[in-house]
Amino acid sequence: MIDGKESKIENTYKSHPVEIIGIKNLTSDTRYFKVRCMTDEVKDQFIYKPGQFVLFSIPGLGEAPFSISSPPTRRDFIEFGIRKVGTFTEALFKLKEGDTFEMRGPYGNGFDMKSLQGRDLIIIAGGLGAVPLRSALLYAEDRREEFNQVFFLNGARSPDDMLFRDDFTAMAARGILDTSLSVDEDPTGEWPYEVGFVTALIPKLVEKINSEKTTALICGPPVMYKFVIQELLKLNVPKDQILMTLERRMKCGQGHCGHCAIGARYTCLDGPIFTYYDVQHIKELI
Amino acid sequence: MKTYKMVKSAFPDFIELIKTKGKLFGPVKQKSKYSFEEISDVKDLDFDYQRTVLGVKKFLTPPKYKTLTFNKEGTKDIIDEPETNIVIGVHPCDIHAVKILDRLFLGNIKDPYYASRRENLTIIGHSCLPDDKCLCQSTGTDMVEDGFDLFLTELDDYYLVWVGSDKGLALTIAASDLLSEDISDETIREYVRWQQKRSSMFKTVMPSFKYMADIITLNYDSEIWEQFGEKCLSCGTCSLVCPTCNCFNVDDKILMNAEEGFRERMLDSCTLPYYSMVAGDHDFRPDRTTRLKLYYTHKLKEYIGRWGQPGCVGCGRCVTYCPVDINVLTVSEALFGEVCETKEVCE
Repeated sequence: MIDGKESKIENTYKSHPVEIIGIKNLTSDTRYFKVRCMTDEVKDQFIYKPGQFVLFSIPGLGEAPFSISSPPTRRDFIEFGIRKVGTFTEALFKLKEGDTFEMRGPYGNGFDMKSLQGRDLIIIAGGLGAVPLRSALLYAEDRREEFNQVFFLNGARSPDDMLFRDDFTAMAARGILDTSLSVDEDPTGEWPYEVGFVTALIPKLVEKINSEKTTALICGPPVMYKFVIQELLKLNVPKDQILMTLERRMKCGQGHCGHCAIGARYTCLDGPIFTYYDVQHIKELI
Repeated sequence: MKTYKMVKSAFPDFIELIKTKGKLFGPVKQKSKYSFEEISDVKDLDFDYQRTVLGVKKFLTPPKYKTLTFNKEGTKDIIDEPETNIVIGVHPCDIHAVKILDRLFLGNIKDPYYASRRENLTIIGHSCLPDDKCLCQSTGTDMVEDGFDLFLTELDDYYLVWVGSDKGLALTIAASDLLSEDISDETIREYVRWQQKRSSMFKTVMPSFKYMADIITLNYDSEIWEQFGEKCLSCGTCSLVCPTCNCFNVDDKILMNAEEGFRERMLDSCTLPYYSMVAGDHDFRPDRTTRLKLYYTHKLKEYIGRWGQPGCVGCGRCVTYCPVDINVLTVSEALFGEVCETKEVCE
């Protein structure tokens, strides 16, 4: 070096090994993974918010982003809900309990749960959207006193397609959160909860919530947002209090690779949580 | 900023001195094109050029490089201690491009691969005269005050040597025998005459560039994007040659022995198919029109919102290399023309 200056550059891409300590099938193509950090140092530094994500690394296959499904209030493990959709997840599904892989993160803005203290929360999940929102749901259960009313509306195509069905029925039974579990169709006729689109559950909250003090947290397939937002606007939920978590292609998680750019924002840094107010001002968001 | 004079006859000695400080690269003519190549002899250097095929990003975020190797034992991160590289002959537009890349890669989160290469790169700028594809006067990047270590302005019999950093200062101290501090009134007059001559040589102007961000906003739904989308070949050349385009893809490769492999980072382009495709084959930008629109809105408008300056430095590479004439100039002109026609604001 010309000026003789030495430098120590931090490797922001450093992944850390995690061990799989639990696996179970959630649906025919979606699986639950519970992992633990393999050193206390990494575990202590892995502090996250609901709505944040990590990048898994499997040498030979690359890296891919996954939403964290466990709440930061529980410290000894990290949970994920993963759908098999490509080569990376296929390889992931071949792993067994006790196997290890590498992970880096957390990334993204996440839900700022502290800023929501004292508010009414409406948490609306559709399909795979239950994965990131489960983190916020369990957080709200663990810290129930921090929030006013908390409503959880979950939509799935059918009982068999419902992610975390055991978790969520237990959640309904506990009654800590006001939980509504709906399926679009119930071919068995035995579903003990609501049948119909999740959007139909929203108008029922009109008498219950204080609109000005309500925040909605939404995640679901792209088609769901439009209808859910319409219903929330009818309830007069403020536009900047409709929080939604979005998906984009990502390679770095650090705002450098460019793939997740939407307008001047990078989903990995400025998202994945955006508000409906953002949607109105940023083209291409939803 | 300290400024020196160096007579042209001292230049070969200056190059010999610089070469002792690191691996030297500079503009070399290769058939009809120029590129920054390693210099062994001062005669290889050809400063009478407008633009190299690739800018300084060739050294900072190379088209392809390994970031990780792996085998059955585990993985190994590769953050090289890169060689000390010195690149001489960099024009103001390309120095501005480095400043833009610095903002992205050395912001709150520092990219380790870029950071190590940047730290080990010395940039010696060189003055230039424009051709009809140079747009830097319109983009406001024809002059540069920082971002380089040294900058050479070539006048008739000597160079003005501008110091832009501590690294540059160290070089001038090492080269003190070749430099003088004799900046006379005549030197200043000669410099001003040269700048006036250079300014008058710009043939292509984009008067609308100053408010291009607004024009893009107003024209977001214009049919013009579809017309360009129809023409676009999705070849990615514009991104490859653009000195500020930095998007990259990451891919893992396994060697034939099936026992080891590596992770590789390579330049990507938002104009290429599948750029925005996520798992489950959902593609957020499936057509050429939306991808091209991303390229130009991001570069000319969104960069301003994020970093206070557009991502175009007016180097003219897209003007030179796009096979179907889609470039900053034609896109700006078409969008500006659209506003003129529909809003009746122009003559």
